[in-house]
Amino acid sequence: MGSPLQRGKMNLLLKNGRVIDPSQKIDAKLDVLIEKGKIVELGNNLDNKAKSIIDLTNKIICPGFIDMHVHLREPGYEYKETIKTGTYAAARGGFTSIACMPNTKPVADNQAVIRFIANRAKEEGIVNVFPIGAISKDLKGEELTEMGELLSNGARALSDDGKCIQNADLMRRAFEYAKLFDLIIISHCEDFNLSKNGMINEGFISTKLGLIGIPKAAEEVIVARDIQLAEFTKSRLHIAHISSSYSVELVRQAKKRGVNVTAEVTPHHLVLDESLVDGFDTNTKVNPPLRGEEDRIALLEGLNDGTIDCIASDHAPHARTDKEVEFDQAAFGMVGLETSVSVILTKLVHHKKLALSEMVGKFTLNPAGILKLDKGTLQKGKDADITVLDLRKESVIDANSFLSKGKNTPFSGWKVTGLPVMTIVGGKIVMEDGKVANK
Amino acid sequence: MQLKSKDLLGLEYMSREEIELILETAKLFEEVSGRDIKKVPTLRGKTIINLFYEASTRTRTSFELAGKRLSGDMINIQVSSSSVTKGETLLDTGKTLEAMNADIVIIRHSSSGAPSLLSKHSGFSVINAGDGMHEHPTQALLDMFTISKKKKRIEGLKVVIVGDIFHSRVARSNIWGMKKLGAEITIVAPPTFLPREVEKMGVQVSYNLDESLKKADVIYLLRIQQERQKGGFLPSIREYSRLFGLNQERLSLAKKDVLVMHPGPINRGVEISPEVADGPLSLINEQVSSGVSVRMAVLYLLGTRK
Repeated sequence: MGSPLQRGKMNLLLKNGRVIDPSQKIDAKLDVLIEKGKIVELGNNLDNKAKSIIDLTNKIICPGFIDMHVHLREPGYEYKETIKTGTYAAARGGFTSIACMPNTKPVADNQAVIRFIANRAKEEGIVNVFPIGAISKDLKGEELTEMGELLSNGARALSDDGKCIQNADLMRRAFEYAKLFDLIIISHCEDFNLSKNGMINEGFISTKLGLIGIPKAAEEVIVARDIQLAEFTKSRLHIAHISSSYSVELVRQAKKRGVNVTAEVTPHHLVLDESLVDGFDTNTKVNPPLRGEEDRIALLEGLNDGTIDCIASDHAPHARTDKEVEFDQAAFGMVGLETSVSVILTKLVHHKKLALSEMVGKFTLNPAGILKLDKGTLQKGKDADITVLDLRKESVIDANSFLSKGKNTPFSGWKVTGLPVMTIVGGKIVMEDGKVANK
Repeated sequence: MQLKSKDLLGLEYMSREEIELILETAKLFEEVSGRDIKKVPTLRGKTIINLFYEASTRTRTSFELAGKRLSGDMINIQVSSSSVTKGETLLDTGKTLEAMNADIVIIRHSSSGAPSLLSKHSGFSVINAGDGMHEHPTQALLDMFTISKKKKRIEGLKVVIVGDIFHSRVARSNIWGMKKLGAEITIVAPPTFLPREVEKMGVQVSYNLDESLKKADVIYLLRIQQERQKGGFLPSIREYSRLFGLNQERLSLAKKDVLVMHPGPINRGVEISPEVADGPLSLINEQVSSGVSVRMAVLYLLGTRK
């Protein structure tokens, strides 16, 4: 079949695969013809039109997956991850586009950093990278950033992510000012007074282990606040990594009354719960924390009834030195780019908790819509960003084999069924059978 | 019979039989402490490290005496908490001690779970001498030892634990241990001091000390830290003392042979009045004596474990 790089330069025909594209409501056996980096045609018997043919019998062809919540750590924390290693991990995990959070050093709150990230991604990255700009200067929650300039330099959304803006008045102004550019505000909902010193979900496990808990209310009060503010200002709100049952209900009600709100959930909140923290494994320390079983079920319901629009990993790479310490000193976060798709396929799709076409929508059409990307679809003329899945392929997750610098995952050792087996970005194959093409 | 684990990390992880084995063994060692020459050669040649990241007088001294009375080579390492962030990591300290062929490391640390971390990455036995708000297993063992000496049993006793359950590793270990031995436990505290879903540990919860006292066989008071007022847990120490402090008047509601206990150090006039602390029902000093015997038992059982 030749090396991926060689074939990437040619026109491609993906043959005999099952195409699932929620943007066109397609679920059928179709061939996909790619020319000059664009989708040219979906149809049958297109053989004579391509120089290079790839047989994808028994594989699923989807629009390229998008992870809208990733930490690439560069600039500033290159020991945890770089734009290069982060995009390699994305390609391996089946993602063609990722959006990266602004909590770098310096913070992505000005055109220089946004441009640096965009340029570095073009030079060294192998998937599309969309920077998210900060809402407030230096993530301090005091003054707004120059949102217009962030947008014109490539920022696709605004967020202070982990540094949730505590001042409700500033948040109101952010919602208002962002309307000027139709930028969406992504909110990591956390009241810092309520979550003070907290490490894991507040409940029986935190009680038993003697770890300070983070109450669900710390998230819920800010979800409620931000929904009210988005409604009041008629602005756009996206709730990051929603984790509690009542937060889901708040979003559900807001959507019913027509508030412009969307939400994402992480794979770890969908398939794990707080009981995993028992034993003090710092790889289970994440913010928002793993919650109770009833929350997990509510998240799944929200995902299925459309309350939750997309799945995003909150890929948060850390070095061993950040995690191999006392639990209260360990960094929050887990990597996700290389496990998201397999975990969702294994635990949700194969267990009939989430339909395959729904899953594809949550990874493609929906995040593209939230970020207003001209992606997430296999329509003619669009960028040939494609993710190919093998639903039956079995493997064991091995953190040490990750292309991400971060090996901090609670999923290591998990047996999974279903893997992304090919990632195509702009018509170029960047990953095939787990092997990533060097740039 | 021997202990299942190389470590003593907490009573949650121990069986009733293991706890009883420790208490039985402690009885044998109590006799040693009463001798003129308070020493047996049981742990001769064993290296035992007291690794204390938090200030402690009684626990550290108690372990040191226990180790010396068993003829072990005891070393004290006191790490000031300020050097934790800039100094060597816990795991590197563990590696250093392992390279020196330590047999048992007794650790006290302000972070819950620190002993588990040390144990996962080292071959020596780890004894938890108090970790954050998690567990303080030898304290609970010595408490149970003290109670069973007086009452000849733990099974069926009604134990009332009063005070700051939320922040207390002593309370957690005592709840696990006493529950396993069949005691009925009621915890009494203002709601701010009750950790969430604590009833799942198998305890009754009450806000009313006077009512709870009446049926109690044991009243166990926890130390109230002055800084809790700032954290919003208490309006004032004065109000706590009025509602939950044990004084003579309150004690008169309880059974005549009730036992009054406290892990120390006590705040006279806060959670316990001086008359009660020094009174005939108080076991506070006996708890300290039991500490040495129980820690000898733990060191012996772990140090000679095959």
